Amino acid sequence: MDFNLKDEQRALQESVTRLLGTHYNFEARNRHAQQDDGWSRDMWARYAELGLLGLPFAEEHGGFGGDAADLMLTMEAFGRVMALEPYLATVVLAGTALRVGGTPSQRADFLPRIADGSLLCAWAHGERDTWHQPSHVTTTAAQDGDTWVLHGAKSLVLHGLSADLLVVSARVRGAADATEGIGLFLVPGDAKGLSKRGYRLLDQTPAAEITLSGVRGRLLGTATEAWPIIERVIETGIAAVCAQAVGAMQAALDLTVDYLNTRQQFGRPIGENQALQHRAAEMLIATEQARSMAMLAAMIVDDPEAQDRARHIAMAKAVIGREARLVGQQAIQLHGGIGMTTEYSAGHYLRHFTVIDQLFGDTAFHVRRLAEEHA
Amino acid sequence: MDLRLTAKEKRFREEVRDFIATNLPEDIRSHLRAGHPPTKDHIVRWHRILNTRGWATAHWPKEWGGAGLSPVERMILTEEIFLAPAPTPLVFNSSMIGPVIIQFGSEEQKRQFLPKIANLDIWFCQGFSEPDAGSDLASLRTLARRDGDHYVVTGQKIWTTMAHHADWMFCLVRTDPAAKKQVGISMLLIDMKTPGVTVRPIMSIDGHHHLNEVFLDEVRVPVENRVGEENKGWDYAKFLLGHERTGIAGVGRSKERLSYARELATQVKAGKRPLAEDPCFREQLALIEADLKALEITQLRVVAGHAGHHADKPDPLTSVLKVRGTELYQAVCELACRSAGPAAIAIQPAGGAADELDAAPRWGAALAPSYFYSRAASIYGGSNEIQKNILAKTVLGL
Ligand SMILES: Cc1cc2nc3c(=O)[nH]c(=O)nc-3n(C[C@H](O)[C@H](O)[C@H](O)COP(=O)(O)OP(=O)(O)OC[C@H]3O[C@@H](n4cnc5c(N)ncnc54)[C@H](O)[C@@H]3O)c2cc1C
Repeated sequence: MDFNLKDEQRALQESVTRLLGTHYNFEARNRHAQQDDGWSRDMWARYAELGLLGLPFAEEHGGFGGDAADLMLTMEAFGRVMALEPYLATVVLAGTALRVGGTPSQRADFLPRIADGSLLCAWAHGERDTWHQPSHVTTTAAQDGDTWVLHGAKSLVLHGLSADLLVVSARVRGAADATEGIGLFLVPGDAKGLSKRGYRLLDQTPAAEITLSGVRGRLLGTATEAWPIIERVIETGIAAVCAQAVGAMQAALDLTVDYLNTRQQFGRPIGENQALQHRAAEMLIATEQARSMAMLAAMIVDDPEAQDRARHIAMAKAVIGREARLVGQQAIQLHGGIGMTTEYSAGHYLRHFTVIDQLFGDTAFHVRRLAEEHA
Repeated sequence: MDLRLTAKEKRFREEVRDFIATNLPEDIRSHLRAGHPPTKDHIVRWHRILNTRGWATAHWPKEWGGAGLSPVERMILTEEIFLAPAPTPLVFNSSMIGPVIIQFGSEEQKRQFLPKIANLDIWFCQGFSEPDAGSDLASLRTLARRDGDHYVVTGQKIWTTMAHHADWMFCLVRTDPAAKKQVGISMLLIDMKTPGVTVRPIMSIDGHHHLNEVFLDEVRVPVENRVGEENKGWDYAKFLLGHERTGIAGVGRSKERLSYARELATQVKAGKRPLAEDPCFREQLALIEADLKALEITQLRVVAGHAGHHADKPDPLTSVLKVRGTELYQAVCELACRSAGPAAIAIQPAGGAADELDAAPRWGAALAPSYFYSRAASIYGGSNEIQKNILAKTVLGL
C-alpha cells in the first residue's frame, strides 16, 4: 500500500495547479463560459502543451502513458476551478472508448489527434428515457456495406456541439434494456443526417441533444458486443467525476474557511462561533471521505480484473454524491446571503455537484444497485 | 386535549378550499405547481382576490380590513393557500409593515397606507439588512440626519427582496449615532421614487432576480413618514420580525412540494420501474411526511398558545418552527429535484420553442432552481444558527 505520489505525479499536479491558478479564477471561468462553445480554446491548447490531453494514452499514440492516479490528479485540479473544457468528454470518455475498444488503426488515427488538441470528441450514449439505466439503448444501427446506418436520439451529450467525432452507442439487436446487442459507432460531428441542439447544464457545462436520421458511421473496434467497453467507459467516467468533485469540495471548503476568518458579525469573525467551526469540520470530514472514495475508484478502475470493481465504483459514486451535496449546501449556509448570489463563487459549487450527481447514475441509483446485492 | 379541528374549523377549511378552487387562476396555479417562483403579476392578482374576503390580511382587525379570524383559522387559511398552490399574500405588506402601522403608526399613516397595503395598491419592501449588518442587524449604519421637517438618509441596503417591484420601503436607519447600537435606530417609510434611491439587481443562484441592493444617497424623507417614535425603531423591528408566527413553519408549502415529488415519481423511472415503486424513495417520503406531521402539531401548539413547560420564558417554539420548518422544506425541494433525475440538470433556454431536439423535459426545469433557492430559507428571517443560539440561551440557559 502506498498513498504517496510519485515524483512525476507531484510534478504533474504542480504544473496543472500552477496553470489553472494563473488562468482560471472565477472571473476567468465566467469569461470562458461566455464564449460560443462555452469553454476556452486557449486553455485547451495549454492543456495539450502540458501533455494533459494525451495523459492516459500510450506513448506511441502521442500520449503520456499515465495511469488512473494521474487522471485523478488532473480531474481534481479541474474540479477545483470547475473547468469547462471538454476534457471529460474527449479524453476520458471518448478517449477510453477508443483506447480500450478501438482497432489498432483507429487508435493510431484518433488518439494522437486527441493528444495534440486537434480532435474534440463526445460520448453519445445516454438517451432521453435512459434515466440512469445504462443499457437502455433504443438508437439503432444497421449494417450497409462497410458502414452502418444509425437512427435515433441521444440526450445530455456532454460537449456534443463542439465535437468533431462522436462515439455513439446503438442497438444492433435485442430488447431496449438488454446489455447484449449494443455496438459503438464512430460518427463525424458534421455527418449528414445528424442534428444537434446545444444548451448548458446548471454549472455551465455545455451539452447537446442529438438526433440521428440515417447517419452513417463506422464500427468502433471489430465487434458489435460493446457492453464491456461501455461499462469500462462509464466506470472511468465515474472515477474521473469523483476526483473532479473532490477538487471542487476542497475548493469550496477553502473558500468557506477563508470567509469564516474574514467576515465580521457581532464584532468578531464569524469563525469564532463554535457552531460554525463544527460545520466547517463536517465539510472537512465529508471531503476526506470523498477523497478516499475517489482514490479507491481511481485504483480499481485501472484494474479490470478486480473482483469487486463494479461494487466499489458504485460505492464511490454513492458516497461522493451525498458528501458533495453536503459540502455545497454548507458552503452556502456559512456564507449567508452572499452564498446565494451568482456573482460570487460559493453558490456555484452546489450547482456543480448537482450536475455531477446526475452523471453516470446518481446516489440513489448506485445505492439501489448496492442494495440489490443484499437481496 | 383534542388535536382535531372543531366542526366550525372544518367548515372553514371547506370554505377556503372552495374559494380557492373557484377563484385561483389556472395559469398561476400551474406555474407554481411546476416549482417556478410567482411573478409580480401573479402576486398582485391573487393578493387582490384574497383581499375581497379580507383574507390577504386575515389577522388584521376588521376595522382595517382584516377578517377577524381565529389563530387556528388563519393557520388553515395559510395552509390551504400553500397547498393550492397559490402565492401567499405579500408578506412585507400583510405580515410585516401592516401590523406595525396598526400598532405604532399615526392615525394619518393608518388612513393613508393601510387600505392600499391591504389591496396591494402599494408594494412594500423590507430595507433592514446592510453589507455589514446581517445577523448582527443592530450594527446597521445607514444614517438619517434631521434637516427641518425632513430626514436626509444616506447609506446602503442589501438583500432587499423584490425592491424592483416595490413602491415603498420600510427602512431601519440610524438617527442617533452616539447611542448604544440598538437604541439610536428609527423606522422610516421611504417612497422608492424619491430622488437618491437607486435599486441594483442581484441575481441569485437559482438564476432569478429576487434580490437587490438599494443605495440611498441624500434621500429626503418627510418626518411624518417615521413610524412611531424617533430612536425606538429597534422595538418596532423586533415586533415586526416576531409578529408572523403561523407562516414560518411552512407546513403547507412543504406538503405541497412533497405531493409534487410523489406525482413526479410516478412519471420517472428508477432503473426499470417507476420511482414511485422504489422502496428507498418511499421510505424517504414516509419519513418526511412523519416529520411534517410533528411540525404541524408543534405549530398547532404555538398557534393555540400552549407552548407548555416554558410559560415564564420566551416562546421557544417559534425558533423550533423556523429551524425544523426550513430544514424540512429544503429536504423536500431536494427530493423533488433528485426525483427528476437528469431532467433537472439542463438549463432551459428562456422561451425557447419546443422542437424535436428539445432539451430535457420541461417539467424538470424549475426543480433545480427551486432547490437552490430553498437553501436561502435557513439564512433569511434570522438564520438557523441564530435561532439555535436563541434556543440555547433563552430556553436552555446555556
Ligand atoms: C433570499 C434572501 C432574501 C432576503 N430578503 C431580505 C429582505 O427583503 N430585506 C432585508 O432586510 N434582508 C433580507 N435578507 C437578508 C437576511 O436577513 C440576511 O441574509 C441574514 O440576516 C444573514 O445575514 P448575512 O447574509 O449578512 O450573513 P452573516 O450574518 O454574515 O452570517 C454568515 C453565517 O454566519 C452565521 N452566524 C452569524 N453570526 C453568528 C453567531 N453569532 N453564531 C452562530 N452563527 C452565526 C450565520 O448563521 C451564517 O451561517 C434576505 C436574505 C436572503 C438570503
